[in-house]
Amino acid sequence: MKFKNAIVLLLIIAIATVGAIAGIKGLEIGNVKISPVKEMMTLGLDLKGGVFVVFEAQTDASGKELDKIMNQTKEVIERRVNAMGLTEPNVLREGSKRIRIELPGVKNAQEAIDAVGKVAQLQFKNYKGEVILTGKHVKNAEVVFEKDRGNVPSVSLEFDSEGAELFQKATKEAASHPRGSIESIIAIVLDGKAISTPVVNHEIPNGKAVIQGNFTMDEASQLAALIRAGALPVTLTEVQTSVIGPTLGIDSLNKSIYAAGIGIAIVFLFMMIYYRLPGLVASIALVIYILIVLYVLIGFGAVLTLPGIAGLILSIGMAVDANVIIFERIKEEIRNGKTLRASLNSGFSKALTTILDSNITTIIAGIVLYQFGSGPIKGFAVTLIVGVVASMFTAVIVTKTLLKLFVGLNIFNNTKLYGA
Amino acid sequence: MKVVEKKKIWFGLSIAIIVVGLIMGMIQGFNLGIDFTGGTMMQIDLKKQVSVNEINEVIKKFDLDGDILHVGENKHEIIIKTKKDLNSGERQKVFEALQKKYNLKDEDFREAEQFGPSIGKEIQKKAFLSVAIAAIGMLIYITFRFEFKFGASAIITLLHDILVVLAVFAIFRIPINSSFVAAMLTIVGYSINDTIVVFDRIRENIRFMKKKNYDEIVDISVNQTLTRSINTSLTTLITITALYVFGVESIKVFALPLIAGTITGTYSSIFIASPIWALWKNWELRKGRYNAG
Repeated sequence: MKFKNAIVLLLIIAIATVGAIAGIKGLEIGNVKISPVKEMMTLGLDLKGGVFVVFEAQTDASGKELDKIMNQTKEVIERRVNAMGLTEPNVLREGSKRIRIELPGVKNAQEAIDAVGKVAQLQFKNYKGEVILTGKHVKNAEVVFEKDRGNVPSVSLEFDSEGAELFQKATKEAASHPRGSIESIIAIVLDGKAISTPVVNHEIPNGKAVIQGNFTMDEASQLAALIRAGALPVTLTEVQTSVIGPTLGIDSLNKSIYAAGIGIAIVFLFMMIYYRLPGLVASIALVIYILIVLYVLIGFGAVLTLPGIAGLILSIGMAVDANVIIFERIKEEIRNGKTLRASLNSGFSKALTTILDSNITTIIAGIVLYQFGSGPIKGFAVTLIVGVVASMFTAVIVTKTLLKLFVGLNIFNNTKLYGA
Repeated sequence: MKVVEKKKIWFGLSIAIIVVGLIMGMIQGFNLGIDFTGGTMMQIDLKKQVSVNEINEVIKKFDLDGDILHVGENKHEIIIKTKKDLNSGERQKVFEALQKKYNLKDEDFREAEQFGPSIGKEIQKKAFLSVAIAAIGMLIYITFRFEFKFGASAIITLLHDILVVLAVFAIFRIPINSSFVAAMLTIVGYSINDTIVVFDRIRENIRFMKKKNYDEIVDISVNQTLTRSINTSLTTLITITALYVFGVESIKVFALPLIAGTITGTYSSIFIASPIWALWKNWELRKGRYNAG
């Protein structure tokens, strides 16, 4: 019995140790390779550096109409972002009117924001300044060379059926005015700037138009690409941006890990000095707790952010709580004159209801925060819930098993070892 | 330790802090971070320590009317905070001015954040709503597991914690930002956890209670759980303080309310929560006797 206890005990400690080493440095045994936790965890922009922008649509639309506009806008932005060739960019709708764009690894915020958020609002306006149709009616745009204009590059547009109809009506109207008069002009406006003001000579029924300007080849193809990639159906304003330099991100991560290491070390020391043997057990359980939380978060595909790290580190301090409750109970039982084994059993069972009640209330708070919170608050709630569940598991199962194994060895029977 | 006997001191202390904080908050306003008011934050590595006056001179033409803080190791970095809503082009111009003067590389522009004012209002609203709903959820659970008076006392304690931390931030003019909100939410979880442990002991001890002396029950229970309360808040404070001391600037703003909250949460679970419950129970007892007589 003693021998078996010792084996199991050593096995658990070995697993915790190997797990900790694998987590910090990674591990490679034969074909099995475990990367360090740092590499497996998806890092948020605040840790790896990059740009995020939140745009808000300027529109009075609501309900289904708004939904359609927002989805269109998101599609357009996605296409633009994908064209930038980043790894793991993210385009999300946030709330009803917002779109959040995350561009990891982007160094020049200005360029990125311009490329993505460029409000390529294409409009066709009549002489009164009324909008006849917009970029959302454009089906295709490409560079063409018109022979009669000496092969200067221009951009040809093709409208969808609704656009073709509107364009036909407008050109008919414009063509009815004397050629060259201001009424016969239909201006092509991009982002509020007239880029071409062609005179309409006759009604155009086929839904095709050409933007003529003094374009270079590059300018023409850029313009065509911009229109093709989709003029945004609405104007977007930048309501929030965050640019984190890549060095700051790595700095933040490393300093947080360093801080966590020191914090954990002091907690271990404190627990071992105050609670002796149970303190050592709690420290082993805490290592297992940290491993469980990290791997569960990796499994969930959770994104690690700075507030997330803060929550995680805080949870390590709090995870000791269940152990402290148990150990204090055991001490009380020992003081009441019970034997070590009896104290262990009754201490655990008495502590259990307390641990359950206090942790379930915290979990309730966590679930509510997840449901109703947004952004960082949601991530925070996930860490909180995972942490509480893992700490209950390690305190109740791991700590109990380890303590019983130690007591079973029969060499750690002095109650002084239990801090009593 | 006689907790209930001196409840006037504990309640008085808490009320004093809250009242002073709220008055100061009302007079000079809370120091709301730019994520609530809207504005721009830029963090730039200048590679050497430069006085605020000198920096102000360089960026005077932008008329930012901002705060400049020195951060980082050796205080070589600065954070410029302004309530002005600068877009990326404008931010770049400010950086370029400093870049030219101090011969900086592009990557020395460490961080920039910009918030429209509407974002903060939304965060505030959502956080408020979620705390309110969380409180109701916890009240239901505690009522189910204990009794309504325990639940209500726990929620009052929670409100106390939030108000005290808010007051401390108002008194010391510490900026309140969206991490503050997340920190508050953690405090809610921490404090309730702490309070329940004491309540649990009270519930257990009531069974052995001979006559209905609630004050004594609370004193016994608080003392029995005191070591645990102190040790747990110690370990929690150790980790969060390590983060505050060794962490980067943006995690410090997060750690600070957590430190304040952990201390408040521990204090309230010992000195506020169960005395409120005892007060209520005693009042009920007296009312009952009066009715009977």
